[in-house]
Amino acid sequence: MKFPALRIYAIIYLVFLFAPILLLPVFAFNEGKIIAFPLTGFSTRWFEALWTRPALHSAVQSSLLIAVLTSIFATVFGIFAARGGALADYPFKGSMIGFIMLPLVLPEIILAVALLVLVTKVLGLAPNLYTIVLAHTLMCTPYATSILNGAFANLDQSFEEAAMDLGESRWSAFRLVTLPLVMPGIVSAMLIAFIISLDEFIVAFFLSGNVTTLPVYIYGLRRQSDQLPIIMALGTILVALSIVLLIAAEYLRRRGLRRAGLEDSGGFL
Amino acid sequence: MPGAGGRMAAGGFITDDGRRALRSLLPPFVYAVFLMAIPLATVVVVSFQIRGAGAGEWLDGALPGPVATALRVMVLLYAVTLPLAFGLIARRGGAGRIFRFLLVAAPLWVAALWLSWSYLATLGFGFGNYVSVFTDPINIRGAVRGGSWIPGLLPRSLFVSVSVTAATVILAYPIAYFISFRVAPENKSLWIFLITIPFWTSYLIRIFLWKVILGYSGVVNTALTGLGIIDEPLTFILYNVNAVIITLAHAYAPFAILPIYVALEKIDRSLKEASRDLGEDRLTTFLRVTLPLSVPGIVAAVLIVFIPTIGDYVTPELVGGSGGLLIANRIQSLFLQVNDPGLGSALSIVTMAAVGIVSLLFIFALRRWLRRA
Repeated sequence: MKFPALRIYAIIYLVFLFAPILLLPVFAFNEGKIIAFPLTGFSTRWFEALWTRPALHSAVQSSLLIAVLTSIFATVFGIFAARGGALADYPFKGSMIGFIMLPLVLPEIILAVALLVLVTKVLGLAPNLYTIVLAHTLMCTPYATSILNGAFANLDQSFEEAAMDLGESRWSAFRLVTLPLVMPGIVSAMLIAFIISLDEFIVAFFLSGNVTTLPVYIYGLRRQSDQLPIIMALGTILVALSIVLLIAAEYLRRRGLRRAGLEDSGGFL
Repeated sequence: MPGAGGRMAAGGFITDDGRRALRSLLPPFVYAVFLMAIPLATVVVVSFQIRGAGAGEWLDGALPGPVATALRVMVLLYAVTLPLAFGLIARRGGAGRIFRFLLVAAPLWVAALWLSWSYLATLGFGFGNYVSVFTDPINIRGAVRGGSWIPGLLPRSLFVSVSVTAATVILAYPIAYFISFRVAPENKSLWIFLITIPFWTSYLIRIFLWKVILGYSGVVNTALTGLGIIDEPLTFILYNVNAVIITLAHAYAPFAILPIYVALEKIDRSLKEASRDLGEDRLTTFLRVTLPLSVPGIVAAVLIVFIPTIGDYVTPELVGGSGGLLIANRIQSLFLQVNDPGLGSALSIVTMAAVGIVSLLFIFALRRWLRRA
């Protein structure tokens, strides 16, 4: 052990990173109304309370619909972008890819303002569920692209060419050869886009109009301290769901890399 | 024709394979143009409308008829010209470069100018919004209130973002270093995965939890008083700028760790050995070999943390208290509560410009420092 100090620091840092999500179930299952130590006893009543809220149920429904549509669209765009990125170079290709990836670093408030202007002023629409899908697709495409880049990057072009030499059309070569090879990456990208969309608040709040998404609903409870335990219960379910989806996505991403015969070079992003 | 790829197409400046790549990149690119470039351009136009115009009726969609039509026509024009122009670029041979460039650019400029003109002609053109941004004490100038200096929101937001960035990157560097140089190769992706997990879990819930952790009767305070380290609960950790910095440093941790990790992974391990063989000790090896070689990762980490943090209005609102509100909160309320899109747009543009200038200054200063070193 050359640098035990570094290892100790890493463990403290992990505690800092995980403190919030480890405390979450603790308070969600706590009997008391006040979120503080000492705990007052085990109870599932905050979870039961979740079933009695119709507003929450409709928020969950719209969020799920938005997240499913977003994950499909963002992944399709991601496939186009990653495939284009893996093919040959041409002038301005780098700047085009940079532009597609730009939402990753654009301050969300700017994006939210710009999209609100587009929707209300330019398109003359009232913000609704589908405008959120449009916005989330824009925001999730870079993530989907970067995951799929891994799947497409070192995929041997000669596979498709061999299939075409054997009489397949370009599309059927793509469908029969490339697509199965990158399929784990596709599913992984869809899961990540789904998680981001389900969780996104800043832009959704601007564009929600009459629709309440799940984060908007949670935000609406911020001033009611008696609702805090219910938020903790809801959060526990969300975090558990995210972690399950993440593990699935990570498993598929690795399987995809192995299938393409690549070395694992780290996680998402 | 698979074999044709790589050869220059007749009369074109793009190969067959390049053309396929372009065709594949077009859909996401056009989508980004539609939902990012056009909206941002519209924000610029709106920021130049006369002071107070369009306020109050902003979300009702009650725009003057010709303006609304002009805006829709613009979108239609973009919709037709963009794919057409790119299609022409992708086509074999054909018109010369300048002609192609005109095809791409001219309709856009005409549409943009015509639209901006008709929009502003109806609502009135003016610099009033920008004047207001620069003269109203709340935005930039700041004011003396009750004997103490209260800075404007933009300088304060920049300060908070710089602090968050510094804290995040400095805390993250040892972790990236640890994973890259100390963790066994087969465990590296597990560590990276562990570090990204908190980032993927509900953002609002995490902020709520920081409130619980840092609060007056929160986890930190009850733990510290319980252990007898402090007598009175600490009050400087919630509802002020410190809480905003802690919460954001937590939220952006993976964004800082990953680019630095990638840069460290690229360093040739034999360089370190060479440095040690030449008599440098561990610290000077780090300072003269590892650190300079990881600068690209540090730059990426700084930018990817600094630029987005300025756009967060939820963290300041929930954990920042009354004194912790930042520029994004002001923009949000100008659009959603005050109904002043003109001023909100101008403030967004100025904020973006300020963020851009600070980032460029950082890169410039770093470059000079590297050249000297």
